[in-house]
Amino acid sequence: MTARVLNPGLSTTVQDLGRPGYFHLGIPIGGAMDNLALRAANLLVGNDEGAAGLEAVFTGPELEFTADALVAVTGADMPIKIDGQEQPSWTALRVKAGQVLSFGFLKAGARIYVAVAGGIDVPEALGSRSTYPIGALGGFKGRPIAKGDELPIGKATLARDGRSLPEPLRRCPAMPAELRVLPGLYWHRIVEGSHRSFFEDTWKVAPEADRMGYRFRGGARLEFVERQQPFGAGSDPSNIVDSCYPYGSIQVPGGTEPIILHRDAVSGGGYFMVGTVVSADMDLIGQLQPNTPTRFVRIDMAAALQARADRAALLNRVREALH
Amino acid sequence: MNRYTFGGDEHLFVECDESMSLEAFFKSLSMTTAIRASKIAGVTEICPANASFQVKFDPDVISPDDMLRAVKAIEQDAEKADPVIGTRIVEIPVFYQDPWTHETLMRFRERHQDPSSTDIEYAARINGLDGVDAFVAAHSGSPWFVSMVGFVAGLPFMYQMVERQRQIEVPKYLRPRTDTPRLTVGHGGCFGCIYSVRGAGGYQMFGITPMPIYDPTQTTSYLRDFMVFFRPGDIVKFKPVRRDEYDVTVADVDAGRFAPRMRDVTFDLREFTKDMDAYNRSLEDKLNDR
Repeated sequence: MTARVLNPGLSTTVQDLGRPGYFHLGIPIGGAMDNLALRAANLLVGNDEGAAGLEAVFTGPELEFTADALVAVTGADMPIKIDGQEQPSWTALRVKAGQVLSFGFLKAGARIYVAVAGGIDVPEALGSRSTYPIGALGGFKGRPIAKGDELPIGKATLARDGRSLPEPLRRCPAMPAELRVLPGLYWHRIVEGSHRSFFEDTWKVAPEADRMGYRFRGGARLEFVERQQPFGAGSDPSNIVDSCYPYGSIQVPGGTEPIILHRDAVSGGGYFMVGTVVSADMDLIGQLQPNTPTRFVRIDMAAALQARADRAALLNRVREALH
Repeated sequence: MNRYTFGGDEHLFVECDESMSLEAFFKSLSMTTAIRASKIAGVTEICPANASFQVKFDPDVISPDDMLRAVKAIEQDAEKADPVIGTRIVEIPVFYQDPWTHETLMRFRERHQDPSSTDIEYAARINGLDGVDAFVAAHSGSPWFVSMVGFVAGLPFMYQMVERQRQIEVPKYLRPRTDTPRLTVGHGGCFGCIYSVRGAGGYQMFGITPMPIYDPTQTTSYLRDFMVFFRPGDIVKFKPVRRDEYDVTVADVDAGRFAPRMRDVTFDLREFTKDMDAYNRSLEDKLNDR
């Protein structure tokens, strides 16, 4: 069976949970930016949590199925239609052969996840089906899907439709968005006043926001502790000797616009970083639209681990609800 | 002494030195090698960089404090180890001042420090070298260490194996370009690089190599086993080639006939430091079977 792409949407890629293990060669982990949403979509249609689905940003694709299918759409709030009839989100939906799945205008959030029973059955590359477009790796021919593509769907026994995830278990960013941050890395490079302003200011998501990184603007410029720049670091005070970049790390080139690296991150570079968004809040970033007011909330490691445990507990409740 | 800091709850970030040096790179490389060998449960990625490294771990398997303790213990062992590695030296052909990087650098001239000259002319001048030929001689005259592979898939950062005062240093473009030809040989700060894929970039552009270094299709003859050519610790020697040899090599690569010239070598940091030029000549002799 295949799903024929009638309209790809703005940028729709095949994603699973990613390919760890190659970041030391510059190949990022990739995978769904909103990991929990993809897992929920897969569970709704009876897949393994890590099956490959589609991640679409801002606009949804239009897909025609060549055989009966079971699909679920999670993540951002975007009207879902089958042959033009509106359907519930976070719910297993039956699509008959020849029917078309399409979407209306985005209402909230930024990315939807489309799971199909059987998964998107593209070949694995380095252990994952996730698309890494810069490296032309994985996914459908190493690129976002395009009009006319025939997406292969894996074999599956279709589970029952109509199952849905209770609303309290659907996670979405608050307004203004709050991202919890553990200060560290090169935090000592900025002065005390900037330590405060970074967390006190309200930032806004800039238009330059994608799977590699999310840029923010609107807060006060960070001031640097004066120093003679180390050999090899470059002349700007925000430069360091090129280092690794953790996922979720926040670099601030020139001290002006923080950039949070996400799942298609560049693996390293020469900009200092003030800290890192904790693992529990990484999913939220992919659901932020440009202009979303955002605050960074300072936490310590104990709180970061508690947040991680809370998120794991939420995932377990999702699993139990869809068991 | 290393500086240890956490990148969120999943990364331990270790800075061996604020400044770039072969010693700092060696410490990063030897520690990451030791961490890989120690197979600490919960470690998912080990990434060496130029003068620092990072370890990604699963805090559900190993707590951040335990992770920190385990890596600090390895630092003590690494300091006692001999600064010797087994590696390989690879010859990379470079067509300096090629038409493709030239077209690109002309397109982005307003983003450059010196719009009236080319990147290589500018680099020669600010490094006190007498013109492009002298620059090419300096760039290709001594080997380079691959101190980091990354930024994007398979891109090597390279550090020139000469005294600090002889190292080529150039600033990055004032504003990054939105385009760089694939396989451009570039330079920013004290680091050389080869752009593994086409894309944005801020490094000065000096030439292009005919030799692919990243191939996700794994059809290039020497990339069938793995799609990324370089590894941290590789030693690179550039070989200037003219247009005709460049074209022949491209045709050979396409026909599956090209094999990069490389030899296994042992590198000893102490011997190297005693007499860099003599040591580099001995490496080059091994590369050329002399």
